[in-house]
Amino acid sequence: MTDEEVLAGLAEIVNEIAGVPAADVVPSASFTDDLDLDSLTMVEVVVACEEKFNVRIPDDDVPGLKTVGDAVAYVRAAGVAA
Amino acid sequence: MPSAPSPSGLRVCAGAPGAAILGVGAARPRTVLTNAELEQRLDTSDEWIRTRTGITERRVAGEGESVVDLGAEAGAKALAHAGVLPGEIDLVLVATSTLEFAMPQAAPQVAARLGSQAGGFDVGAACAGFCYALAAAADAIRAGTARQVLVVGVDRMTDILDPGDRGTVPIFGDGAGAVVVGASEENRIGPVVMASDGERSGLIARAADAPVLVMDGPAVFRWATTSLLPYARLACERAGITLADLDGLVAHQANVRIIDALARAMKLRPGAVIARDIVTTGNTSAGSIPLALEALVTQGDLPDGGRLLLIGFGSGLTVAGQVVSFP
Repeated sequence: MTDEEVLAGLAEIVNEIAGVPAADVVPSASFTDDLDLDSLTMVEVVVACEEKFNVRIPDDDVPGLKTVGDAVAYVRAAGVAA
Repeated sequence: MPSAPSPSGLRVCAGAPGAAILGVGAARPRTVLTNAELEQRLDTSDEWIRTRTGITERRVAGEGESVVDLGAEAGAKALAHAGVLPGEIDLVLVATSTLEFAMPQAAPQVAARLGSQAGGFDVGAACAGFCYALAAAADAIRAGTARQVLVVGVDRMTDILDPGDRGTVPIFGDGAGAVVVGASEENRIGPVVMASDGERSGLIARAADAPVLVMDGPAVFRWATTSLLPYARLACERAGITLADLDGLVAHQANVRIIDALARAMKLRPGAVIARDIVTTGNTSAGSIPLALEALVTQGDLPDGGRLLLIGFGSGLTVAGQVVSFP
């Protein structure tokens, strides 16, 4: 799966869960500051990513996912590892 | 039927064919604490609290509203609602985690306040405590070791909060709920489902260095919104129904977003009642399920004989749930 494919999938998830326009979900966007997701919505996004991308994202790793780009990189690395 | 005596075998009691909730009562402390008041003393806002928890106000216990006081008040109301006299109770179970000391237990003191000398013990399963105690009560009646049991869930969560912690202070409140459980020709309390995950006991715990509650909110939220569905389904299966047959959900009142996520995952039928007593009561730990049940009964929101899933979950981590038919 390419960066672009993961980004598109992530944008779909963020749109569905938080109602954020998919076009706003760009690699430089911060989940909390730019997309206005609270910590619990972030948990919902992480759980949806696990299902969609078939990866495991432990609780301890969630705080490290500050930007959309962080999440894309994490999913790609985890996907390769799996 | 009792088996014939044998050199090694001991008789069992003749139990009732079924158990049922006969009445419900609640004790809500006098003092209301609103989000607006919390804004004055914490770095938080009404909007922050409502969007993350769904709570608008909670009750805070004061003078004359101890764990025993609140438990006894809820118990007395449940007895009156059931039309059962204190002397007809054989067992008092009190689910609580916020007694000042582990000894003496709350149950004998609650019994004494009601004028009862019934047997009694406390159940310390935190937010799942009420469902564990209800299961023990129903089993005691079906096993014939008690005819009527008073089950109380009560906590004074505000006693164990760090007053400066904006992650816990807005969420938790104080209160008590109680039910009377008795024998019934038709069983109206389904088999309980129980589970725990002690590996994750640190997610909701008293801090080692201070006697206050610490909670990893996002991790607890994740666990509660992703782990409970199989238990809900199993509780229905054990009771001989499906999730779609339920008339309502009375989940531990932890957070409106957890309740809504669970209800969505369960695909409850349209029109099924979902208890959201937390909005004005906060999270009262062991008190939350009977408080929410009492609110639904008082508001007349439940159909007669409605089948409700009760499910408690929290510190431990522990889970317990059962289907009941009530009122």
